[in-house]
Amino acid sequence: MSNDGARLLMVLVAVAALAAPEARAADARPSPAPATPASKPATAVPADEPADEPADEPAATPERQPKTNLFDSGRLLGTGGVVELEGSAGGGLTPWAVIAGYGTRDAIGATAHYTYIPLSDFRIQSEGVALGFFNRLEISADRQEFDSRAVGAKLGFGYGFMFNQDIFGAKLRLLGDAVYDQDSLVPQVAAGIQYKHNEEAAQVRAVGAKHDDGVDYYLSATKLFLGESLLANLTLRETKANQFGILGFGGDRHDDYSLQYEGSLAYLITRQIAVGAEFRTKPDNLRAAREQNAYDVFGAYFLNKNVSFTLAYLDMGDIATQRNERGAYLSAQVGF
Amino acid sequence: MKRILGRAVVAALLLAAALVLGAPAGVAADDALYRAFGERGGLVKIVADATDRWVADDRIKDTFDNINLDRFKKLLVDQLCELTGGPCKYTGRNMYEAHKGLHLNQAEFNALVEDLQLAMDKYDIPFSTQNRLLAMLAPMERDSVTR
Repeated sequence: MSNDGARLLMVLVAVAALAAPEARAADARPSPAPATPASKPATAVPADEPADEPADEPAATPERQPKTNLFDSGRLLGTGGVVELEGSAGGGLTPWAVIAGYGTRDAIGATAHYTYIPLSDFRIQSEGVALGFFNRLEISADRQEFDSRAVGAKLGFGYGFMFNQDIFGAKLRLLGDAVYDQDSLVPQVAAGIQYKHNEEAAQVRAVGAKHDDGVDYYLSATKLFLGESLLANLTLRETKANQFGILGFGGDRHDDYSLQYEGSLAYLITRQIAVGAEFRTKPDNLRAAREQNAYDVFGAYFLNKNVSFTLAYLDMGDIATQRNERGAYLSAQVGF
Repeated sequence: MKRILGRAVVAALLLAAALVLGAPAGVAADDALYRAFGERGGLVKIVADATDRWVADDRIKDTFDNINLDRFKKLLVDQLCELTGGPCKYTGRNMYEAHKGLHLNQAEFNALVEDLQLAMDKYDIPFSTQNRLLAMLAPMERDSVTR
């Protein structure tokens, strides 16, 4: 089934959101304070000003010079999420609409991570960096190394054959603020792309893939339900990737983009600890290597804004003819 | 046995969605939260402790220059009391007027939140209870952060 319509819808939503970014917040706020308090016109007083203002109310707050710090690490602990499998800020298995690092809209943030996933028959490791610009744009680079171990020999590539993939991502926050907009149900929404290049062109074609590179397009909506201490995320992705791209893109069963669904839910136990669960549907493009959905349950520990750890139990389904690939997901992250 | 984790994850997501959608939104309709904070006496202690932290915090202490701290603390207690469903009336200026000219940025707003969290920790307010109050304060960021 072609999903051109779904992709078109995602692009339209992105364009519509870009056309009026922050319109609600900007419109709701009166124009900036004048340079001298005395010049404030009386008509600027909002209608909800209490009529019975106490007599000892100061005439006006004295002007203070605005301060900026390009590396402010000014967002609240945990609000940058962690790094997902493909190097974007998010949960462990799926990108969120949050921007990497702890920079506010006045600042730049960054993260670096190392992730190790020992599955039943394989080992995946991934390392990467992500930069967040003004809580608006995220740029990421990630490398995934998939050790095929004994299955590599079975497939004729040799024991421990490595499937390596580079992933370059960009994510743009379109609207909403997952943390502050607690008086509305509007989530923080971001659109992203991930360009993936698999270095093992001959081997991914041997297992039935049609391409050794591909581009994923996704739209993420993330909402913190602070009163309930819950965070929810839903991501829609258009992709051709087989096992995230580890086994190439497109295949002998399907070579079209398909719409995939990814979700995360986290409960905040303390400011430093969140636990939750995630799912991610995947295409099933290869005749010889069928694919199912992935699931995980996770715990994330934020030591501080500079260091965090994620521990998960991951069920990837079947990978490269091996049934029920499960295992731990261990990730360490540093940043600001 | 197959894919038990998958079924458990889906069940957890559905349960949480039901909890979120079924939860009351906005300002508390009763005074349960007010009582959870120890009523006015509890709020007075938390506000006093938070204010001590704010005026000592290098990130934001200069925003308290020229502020009558006793009056500030009383108004803030009134505001939190009213927000949490207590029998009080906040009589101060609205958040935009109160922060006008301070040119607060988002990092400074968050520094204030972090200090308030430490003050609530000190008086053993459970994290989930803290979050119910912070959820009511969070939308004030729009009018407080004027840059």
